[in-house]
Amino acid sequence: MTAVVDKTAEGAIPPGDEPTPAPAAPASHLAGTLRRYPLAAFAALVLALIAFGAVFAPLVGTTDPTALNPAARLQGASATHWLGTDHLGRDVWSRLVYGARVSVVVGLAVAALAVVVGLVIGLFTGFIRWLDPIVMRVMDGLMAIPGILLAIALVSVSGASIVTVIAAIVVPEVPRVVRLVRSVVLSVREEPYVEAAVSVGTPLPKLLWRHVLPNCVPPLIVQATYVAASAMLTEAILSFLGAGTPPIVPSWGNMVAEGRLLFQIAPMNLLYPGIALAITILAVNILGDALRDRLDPKLAKRVGQR
Amino acid sequence: MPLLVLQRLVSTIPVLLVVAVIVFLMLRISGDPAAILAGDTATSAQIEAVRQAFGFDRPIWEQFLGWIVQVLQGDLGESLFTGLPVTTLIAQRIEPTLMLALTTIVFSVLVAVPLGVLAAWRSGTWIDRAVMVFAVLGFSVPVFVLGYGFMYVFSIELRLLPVQGYTSPFVDPVAFAQGIILPTLTLSCIYIALIARITRASVLETLNEDYIRTARAKGQVERTVLFRHALRNAAVPIVTVIGLGVALLIGGVVVTESVFNIPGLGRLVVDAITRRDYPIIQGLILFFALIYVVLNLIIDLAYTLLDPRIRY
Repeated sequence: MTAVVDKTAEGAIPPGDEPTPAPAAPASHLAGTLRRYPLAAFAALVLALIAFGAVFAPLVGTTDPTALNPAARLQGASATHWLGTDHLGRDVWSRLVYGARVSVVVGLAVAALAVVVGLVIGLFTGFIRWLDPIVMRVMDGLMAIPGILLAIALVSVSGASIVTVIAAIVVPEVPRVVRLVRSVVLSVREEPYVEAAVSVGTPLPKLLWRHVLPNCVPPLIVQATYVAASAMLTEAILSFLGAGTPPIVPSWGNMVAEGRLLFQIAPMNLLYPGIALAITILAVNILGDALRDRLDPKLAKRVGQR
Repeated sequence: MPLLVLQRLVSTIPVLLVVAVIVFLMLRISGDPAAILAGDTATSAQIEAVRQAFGFDRPIWEQFLGWIVQVLQGDLGESLFTGLPVTTLIAQRIEPTLMLALTTIVFSVLVAVPLGVLAAWRSGTWIDRAVMVFAVLGFSVPVFVLGYGFMYVFSIELRLLPVQGYTSPFVDPVAFAQGIILPTLTLSCIYIALIARITRASVLETLNEDYIRTARAKGQVERTVLFRHALRNAAVPIVTVIGLGVALLIGGVVVTESVFNIPGLGRLVVDAITRRDYPIIQGLILFFALIYVVLNLIIDLAYTLLDPRIRY
């Protein structure tokens, strides 16, 4: 939903996971991962299909998702309208496929931006001691505001467009990434190879890039998947509440919002986009859990797998 | 001990101050606050009038100081739409939200903690798997999808429960109970998922401890071992997550109240967005952040009760 509480960086005790223990193996080929986690492989397949549909939306049996046809409104599924039509006679299947574009773009963009911004802030915060308390208080303050409310407020003051929605969702996600990166930096800072690099006078940017950054990559990949899932959820909620993607754009959140009016007559027009959203987010979360077990064995061990 | 409690209390001040700065700057980062408040159709004379009335022509630090003094005196400003003080509006709308939050927290804890203990106790079996599958599902299904799904099944198809609306328990307890069931179920799912995950992980860790083996060797009943020995020692992270999860809960309340048409604080926010009633949005963000910080402070201080090894 909503500010999904982050699952990797919430302090000493990370949450649980599937019980099947993953024997620690250093090799980390994607193919190997997928073979070991068949569920994650399936989730990846589902996501690939959704991405394919989003990219090639005009080619998968769709018509113009915004074309009105009041004469043919609220029809059931048929050969011309695979999932029927909505209250304005628009083709639901087409809107569903085009709506995937919004979710995919928002998920990817927010994950990328939150990780990059959080990474830069986290790296410097962890290394510059006077900066640390200041930045962390700001992050604490940001985290004290429920993510959805913060995003709603940001969109409502800056006007609704895809760009402002993405920016508004990035802001509440950044503190989690900063905390994660900082915790990695603090543990790496005391390592002999970092001390050695400092003592030969390596400049800070190079030190961070060469010696610290590589340690942050595995947990960040895991965190990025959770951020993407959370972002898609938040986008849908913002649109649902009328503070998100502009209503003309077919997005899953907008479809749910429009479906509310006639929910008692045509419940499927609301439930189709809802289910599409749930499946997408579920697939991303399953993939994230598998990546965590694979890339972050320390975390998987702390989870208590015997 | 009182000194350290005081220290902990003082440490929340910078967090709240940062929240106040963010809320204050929110209106000002996106251009001219007077133009935003005056609305899209305002003339330049109207914008100028708003600028005068709200003091946006004064230096920014002066505005901030004036505003913070007001807030500290319990004045969150007035609604642009109705002219009523924001604090009055909050007081009018708080009951449904409070009731929904309470039923959700109680229900979630009562379901999630035993579920987590069970999963840890039978770790690796199908019970454990089922609980964890539920936990991932609970995280993934959006609140409004759940809400409308429940509404479709229980209210529209089976006609067992009212579709929407809220009745105060002080007016009609039966109607209240009927009306609160679906919103509570809806809002609980993500919270249950969160708490069950942590309970499982935390109990699983304590089950490896020597004192558990000792308790079992003494011939303790398994239930006592699980709940008296294992769960007690696993309590701190569980209670922490219950507190942190309140942020999730607040976001969920906003959505759930919209789905089920409950006239609480969540609806107040949503209505304020559609009317662009910024003082209400700002006031509610401050209010929710304050609740979140205070609640987590109380939980922090309560650790001493749960775990005598932690001392302040």
